[in-house]
Amino acid sequence: MTSTDADSLILRGGEPLKRSLARALFRQKMRALLLIAPLLAFIVLGFLLPIGTMLFRSVENAVVEETLPLTVAALADWDIDSTELPPESTYRALVADLQVAIENRSALTLARRMNFETAGFTTMLRRAQRELPSWNLDTDGPFRDRMIDQHRDWGAVETWRALKAYSGSLTTGYYLAAMDYTMVSGHVAPMPDNQSLHQMLFWRTAWMSGVICALALLLGYPIAYLLANVRERNANLLMILVLLPFWTSLLVRTSSWKVLLQDQGVINQLLVWAGVIADDNRLAMVNNKFGVILAMTHILLPFMILPLYSVMKTIPPTYVRAAKSLGANDWTAFWRVYFPQTVPGIGAGAILVFIMAVGYYITPELVGGPSGMFISNRIAHQWYVSGNWGLVGALGTILLLAVLVLYWVYDKVVGIDNVKLG
Amino acid sequence: MALPSYASPLQRVWHYTFRVLCGLIFFFLIFPILVIVPLSFNAQDFFTFTREMLALDPAGFSLKHYRDFFTNPDWQLATRNSLTIAPVATLLSVSLGTLAAIGLSQSHVPFRRAIMAILISPMIVPLIISAAGMYFFFSAIGLQGTFWGVVLAHAILGIPFVIITVTATLVGFDRSLTRAAASMGAGPLRTFWKVQLPLILPGVISGGLFAFITSFDEVVVVIFVGSAAQQTLPWQMFIGLREQISPTILAVATLMVALSILLLATLEMLRRRNERLRGLTPA
Repeated sequence: MTSTDADSLILRGGEPLKRSLARALFRQKMRALLLIAPLLAFIVLGFLLPIGTMLFRSVENAVVEETLPLTVAALADWDIDSTELPPESTYRALVADLQVAIENRSALTLARRMNFETAGFTTMLRRAQRELPSWNLDTDGPFRDRMIDQHRDWGAVETWRALKAYSGSLTTGYYLAAMDYTMVSGHVAPMPDNQSLHQMLFWRTAWMSGVICALALLLGYPIAYLLANVRERNANLLMILVLLPFWTSLLVRTSSWKVLLQDQGVINQLLVWAGVIADDNRLAMVNNKFGVILAMTHILLPFMILPLYSVMKTIPPTYVRAAKSLGANDWTAFWRVYFPQTVPGIGAGAILVFIMAVGYYITPELVGGPSGMFISNRIAHQWYVSGNWGLVGALGTILLLAVLVLYWVYDKVVGIDNVKLG
Repeated sequence: MALPSYASPLQRVWHYTFRVLCGLIFFFLIFPILVIVPLSFNAQDFFTFTREMLALDPAGFSLKHYRDFFTNPDWQLATRNSLTIAPVATLLSVSLGTLAAIGLSQSHVPFRRAIMAILISPMIVPLIISAAGMYFFFSAIGLQGTFWGVVLAHAILGIPFVIITVTATLVGFDRSLTRAAASMGAGPLRTFWKVQLPLILPGVISGGLFAFITSFDEVVVVIFVGSAAQQTLPWQMFIGLREQISPTILAVATLMVALSILLLATLEMLRRRNERLRGLTPA
């Protein structure tokens, strides 16, 4: 039916056909959306929103402004590059602010926040907490000298520069820290070498994931090829050998690698027994990069094999036969005819494995030791040990952005609709 | 892939080398899982084979690690928690996920790609980020450290698997069957329960198994969102592995391998049934 027909046709009720069809289509769309809505709402509220708010912590910096409103206002006229201390009026504002903060117990929150930037703030505020409440704002001045008497860092320009630099309600400070930079005297500068860790960890996470991905491809390709080219019944049997690890708990597989690779573990025991290595010279295979790469290759290998297999299964064997009948030898037939057709599978498997590897936490934590640590472990450490949630947010945002770029590439290459499981 | 009779010696060598290589890779895949099983019967608190075990001396074997698992209150609490959290989370993700998958597989869905990307995202986002985000949010609404908090978190993590498997099953679903049911006077609900659901059931169940194992195997999110009262089996194993390895872990691991074999067998049965049913429907 052409569009002019639809335009001119009138249904029995007097309604044009076109409008009736449009209404039916609209109703169909609404019905589909209605079915999706509960889940979509669930995911947006329970997942995307929490992650969004968590990531917002990476720029949020209301603490200084909220706790020291008068000081922040007084510092507005003070130049951050100035080598002179702020005037007495600023010190007076600080004392007034701190008295309120000590009263309502927000002083320690401030101390925690500033301590991430300048170590020593906690001590300064502890001392203030002991003495300030008894000071009288009107009669006990001047406050500059009294504060410096209390802790000499109140007389350091650096302290004031840090306070001024972090007085905005938004900050880039956590991102600077996440990239191993810091504010020195209110200016961005690289972190001292002994404290810069994050760039190295991002880089390590990336290259180790790359190695794991390459190893999984190297080991997965022959297996997928075999599975796609043996008789169906044998393929189903061999498939079980791939699917069993796939379905086995990650914890089980990690613990078995830990058991195998230990100093007193099965592999070392076997090598000692065979006389390959001396009893007092056992191989250190766990708590280092080697252990992580080995265990993660094993754990992620099925994720490489399954997409490769599903692509290889669709390649008709006649192509390779045709190539051979035209005079190609085995290698040429494989490399020029078969291999190019498996590239989509390689892309799918490689991106999938890489995405999963980059965010790994459990395996590096258990078999990695300090030298096999990934960026996820650092995030967890910041969360547990330092409670530096802004930095958790900043590191998390960078990691998430990397993963989202890969996800986008995956969607372009494979299409998220075409993800296959098992 | 049989070797033809006219194969050259080089081809013969390669043929067998390739098979040996594949055999070695299969060994690499399966050995770490199987080696745990005999080790879990060790009579000593070692993580390696003792002399008695290698000599197959009955004295070298014992069930003591299993006994510890079944009597230790920590492990018992963890087992109970795992067995209550995972089914409830699975039920939640399967019911919402199946509904949404049916919606997604209609012929006209606005923003289909974007919606799909959002629904799959819990599978893609690194767990540590999801965990930290959920921690803050669930604390704010008072669900942190509660049973329902962990259940909701795990349901979210399981949803992508349900969506993927059920939409894949619906691709092969013959739409004229629901139309036939409707033309014979069945309402939408009746059509769903009596016609559509029984046909896509294998996909729904395998999605459910994925969701179950996701929850049953999950450590990171439960550590953040849960409290000691929600300690699950993987959590207990994680602590055991990080602090001091207790050989009981090997017994637990063996039981979990048995569980995964059970799941795998169920899935394989479903797959065969599905193939049989699809063979019957006209292409």
